[in-house]
Amino acid sequence: MKKYLSFFRLKFSMGLQYRAAALAGVITQFAWGAMKILMFCAFYKEDPSAFPMSLEATVNYVWLEQSTIALFMAWLMENEIFESIVSGNVAYELCRPINIYDMWFVRSMGNRYAKALLRCFPILFIAVCMPSPYGLTLPNNLEVWGLFSISMVMSSMVMIALCMIVYMSCFYTISSTGIRMIAMGVFEFFQGSIIPIPFFPEEMARVMEFLPFGSLQNVPFRIYSGDIKGMQILESMGVQLFWIVVLIIIGKFMCARAMRKICVQGG
Amino acid sequence: MNNIIEVKNLSKNYRRYKKKEGLKGSIESLFKREYEEKIAVNQMNLSVSKGEFIGLIGPNGAGKTTFIKMLTGIIAPSAGEIDVLGFYPNDMKNAFKKQYAVVMGQKSQLFFELTLNDTLRLFKEIYEIPEEEYRESKNYFIELFGVKELMDVQVRTLSLGERMKMELIVALLHNPKILFLDEPTIGLDAVASKQIRKFLKEINEQRGTTILLTSHYMEDIKMLCKRTVVINHGTKIYDGNTEELFERYQRNKRIQVSFSQPTEVKLRHDYEVQIIEDTPYKKTYETDKVHAKDLLEGIMQYDPVDISVEEEEIGIIVERIYEEGCEHNA
Repeated sequence: MKKYLSFFRLKFSMGLQYRAAALAGVITQFAWGAMKILMFCAFYKEDPSAFPMSLEATVNYVWLEQSTIALFMAWLMENEIFESIVSGNVAYELCRPINIYDMWFVRSMGNRYAKALLRCFPILFIAVCMPSPYGLTLPNNLEVWGLFSISMVMSSMVMIALCMIVYMSCFYTISSTGIRMIAMGVFEFFQGSIIPIPFFPEEMARVMEFLPFGSLQNVPFRIYSGDIKGMQILESMGVQLFWIVVLIIIGKFMCARAMRKICVQGG
Repeated sequence: MNNIIEVKNLSKNYRRYKKKEGLKGSIESLFKREYEEKIAVNQMNLSVSKGEFIGLIGPNGAGKTTFIKMLTGIIAPSAGEIDVLGFYPNDMKNAFKKQYAVVMGQKSQLFFELTLNDTLRLFKEIYEIPEEEYRESKNYFIELFGVKELMDVQVRTLSLGERMKMELIVALLHNPKILFLDEPTIGLDAVASKQIRKFLKEINEQRGTTILLTSHYMEDIKMLCKRTVVINHGTKIYDGNTEELFERYQRNKRIQVSFSQPTEVKLRHDYEVQIIEDTPYKKTYETDKVHAKDLLEGIMQYDPVDISVEEEEIGIIVERIYEEGCEHNA
């Protein structure tokens, strides 16, 4: 266990050391968030009742999304992992007394958490200071905060488990570019990064919520702004847990198969 | 049992994808893939006892790396028996992995953004080395490799020679019983590879680490390995004393003489002599080592000012070994 913790620490401290990148990220995400909010405001002005989420909930959704983008963006996958698979350096990893899946999992976690932590506070701070209706509002309910935090951790785990499947599929192709491109598009669209899931036609939204991508940012952000309430929260978190377990099992299975393939074909 | 590596009739076949020439072939292969079997390692036998320093040589594609990969368990053998430290390597048990180390000259196991101190700490955790043992090993290697000033530097800033030292330290930190080295001196300059050789020798002698080394630099093999295994086309063609190997294939001597004034040399001989260079002041001959003395005596009558007798170039010997190599088990 301790060795995995040190991989986490390693990636976490590496992720914290790039200040310029973080500053650039904060500015980009802030500008992007502001633009999205202005756009939504314009739509809401026309007819607020035509939207499935309140303006406040939508604005909160956008700010949370922009500030924690490092947790949910598919392009933030680990180049080192792709490289080691494609170049065959992964053979080295096989010689170490360590489980590759677990190691890569905690590494990705460390990386994403560090990047998200470094970027989220400045954005959130400014967002809170913004005048209504453009600003981020804070729930005045401890229970919501608690559930939001737990759900946040769970959704980041779903994300990493999904990325692990992407990494593993690279064992079967010569170049990782194609898979990455597809993953980026699919993840972004289906998790509600372009527009939140409730904005889709009702039947479609219903299906999307049950896809693994629906267990990403969709759940914690909507818990935060009260768009999901009561029993619905537990139901959504149950789905999240289900996907964590299933995706990790699939990933581990793919990992074991990939290792066997290396063993037979010789890396 | 004294042998820590025991391999019997070990074979490995690969399948590789074949495509016929040109566009037509490419289109055909879209529908029907053809594969061919390639035998990378064929019926290998090898016993290694504790503390040995063995050289593994052979031309590119001879099966050296495949063989090492089978010994470390990265790839599964197609047939045959294999036992390393009492384990079947391909089971990839952690208990086994903690007892060996691999260094591949063309690949790196270091993290480029980490400093060396952090890297070592990480490997301490991976191999679960007790704090005291860790500190002792670390100090020993820092001293041995003379890398004290490099410990707080990011790996990416190191030169190739420095990096290779670090690769070795990282690999040896958990005090493995066997060290597999796949071309550790590749790309290094003469000074750096000499240093690396010195360290390896010391580790083999002081720590009793069994070392299996592949290299294309015969200097490495000649200076380090008492025993050499030659493989070609996946088959072992020589296994025995390194000196004897080079002795056996070392056939000719090269004699170079120079004169103070233009001289014409006429030699009488009933053995073969190759004239490599023949200028008025300087001449070079090559002949069988048995007759080198006779040839030299013949030349001496012309009163040369300078003589040098050289052994054949190592490359020629190696070429001969690979070409003619015969079964020989010492």
